[in-house]
Amino acid sequence: MLIIGEKLSIIAKRVRDAMLKKDKGPIQEIATAQWKAGAGMIDANIGPAEDGGEALMEWMVTTIQELVPLPICLDTTNASAIEAGLKVHNNEWGRPLINSTSNDPERFPILELAAKYNSQVIGLTVGKGGLPADAEERAAIAAEMMARAMEYGVPLEDLYLDPLVLQIATSQDHARHVIKAIKMFQELNDPPMKTVVGLSNISNGCPKNIRPILNSYYLSLLMYEGLTAAIADPHEVAVTAKTIDVIMGRTLYAHSYLEM
Amino acid sequence: MAFTPPKETHAGKVYAVTIGSGEGAVTFGGENVLPFNTFEGASPHRPVIAYEIQDVLPSDWPENVQKPYEGVSGDPATWARFCQNTLKAKAIALRLVGTHPDRENRSPEDAAKTVRDVLAALNVPLIILGSNHVEKDAPVLIAAAEAAKDRNCIIGKAQEGNYKTITAAAMANNHKLIAMSELDINLSKQLNILITQMGFDKERLITDPMCSALGYGLEYTYSVMERIRLAALAQNDLTMQPPMLGDVGMYVWKIKETQAPESELPQWGSTEERGIAWEATTATALLVAGAELLIMRHPMAVEAVEKVIEELV
Repeated sequence: MLIIGEKLSIIAKRVRDAMLKKDKGPIQEIATAQWKAGAGMIDANIGPAEDGGEALMEWMVTTIQELVPLPICLDTTNASAIEAGLKVHNNEWGRPLINSTSNDPERFPILELAAKYNSQVIGLTVGKGGLPADAEERAAIAAEMMARAMEYGVPLEDLYLDPLVLQIATSQDHARHVIKAIKMFQELNDPPMKTVVGLSNISNGCPKNIRPILNSYYLSLLMYEGLTAAIADPHEVAVTAKTIDVIMGRTLYAHSYLEM
Repeated sequence: MAFTPPKETHAGKVYAVTIGSGEGAVTFGGENVLPFNTFEGASPHRPVIAYEIQDVLPSDWPENVQKPYEGVSGDPATWARFCQNTLKAKAIALRLVGTHPDRENRSPEDAAKTVRDVLAALNVPLIILGSNHVEKDAPVLIAAAEAAKDRNCIIGKAQEGNYKTITAAAMANNHKLIAMSELDINLSKQLNILITQMGFDKERLITDPMCSALGYGLEYTYSVMERIRLAALAQNDLTMQPPMLGDVGMYVWKIKETQAPESELPQWGSTEERGIAWEATTATALLVAGAELLIMRHPMAVEAVEKVIEELV
């Protein structure tokens, strides 16, 4: 399973300060640590980035890829910042992933960017009407988004469906709805649709000491249903991801499998 | 609408390995498709067949496979040159079977001298094999690797019990290395991991999942090879991407079917033809399972397998 390292987020103070000061040091240090811990892609979350978003995303992508040979997940609601990131992205390390579009018409221009730059894109299964109630509603939105993606010329194998993980502390039922949605999404196409989650949202608002426990067990269940990728902290979930991949027969077992 | 055959493409790719130097160098591996599925992707190199010779008279080989080497097999360098010049061998595999404690128990120094003599006679690449005695192979292969320094040979076989010494010897003298495990895919992967963790470049490895002859467990070797190749291609498992070896001759020419005389078993037909067919059939099966390098004995079996390769590539 693909781990998309989540630690380069504007929400973290150290990262925010580095972004403001354009200080490469902390950004590259965190990106490198996530790569070494098992991330296969690095999420660059610059927030809404209404002012100077283009320059910031461009700086993030080049700063990370200067040292880390991985593709970048471009995480912002600012479409022109995404485009700026796509322009400088080094595809030698893999294709970028846009985070994200949704079934809200305001987010459709993102699909245009994905098609234009041959990028992969995350599709959040939410529309204008607010949060989906259950797995079935998520799948219905997913189907609409798939049609939209094809309309814009984005191949379905480049679309990662995201069922939107909610906090277990406030929306306990949704934990199960999301697991079911992962299964249902795959059935929408042959070959199966790719899926992604923002994993740590499950434990958002929970005491610090139980967050890794919730994240890891939840990941196991999602992987059992065939999850393709998770935006998560590789330091926390790499052992779970590797172990479930072995149990599910997706990697060949060897005594040293955790070291690979 | 015209029928378009579906193509299965893979993320993974087998490493291409080059052995030898100069004009005689050969490369095998490098494909990103299942064996001979050239219509689905890249398959840049043909499998390579190496002729097996040994450091002592092949008195342990059945008569029918001794015969083609009559007059040359008394001296390893002469034998090697005969394979290269007369049989047009693309590679030679020298088995230092005489170093085995239950055989002539020859010393590592003797082995080193044989290696030097053979290398002096050859332009084509050399594969240097121990006697498959876990303890004795360590000093023998150290001496052999040093004697062949910088000739870009293959050294083997590193096994669970001796891989550290043999890996270090291959590494210090710039050789490729065969990692052998006994028909166990998980141990095969584990051995490749352990060897690369020593700092040995995984692109210099060759996996030997252990051979077996037709009728004597060939289907086990076949399945293990097939599974290794699928891990390499479909699961993009970096530890399983070295090319694979089928050490065919040794396993085929010790079974009853390649030796039982026609006078005793007339319904089995000519002993000689039977032996050649047995070696060629076993080798062909392993090629189809995914082997990129074969070690064989009988010239007519090699010729038959070369013809199969020619037809399939």
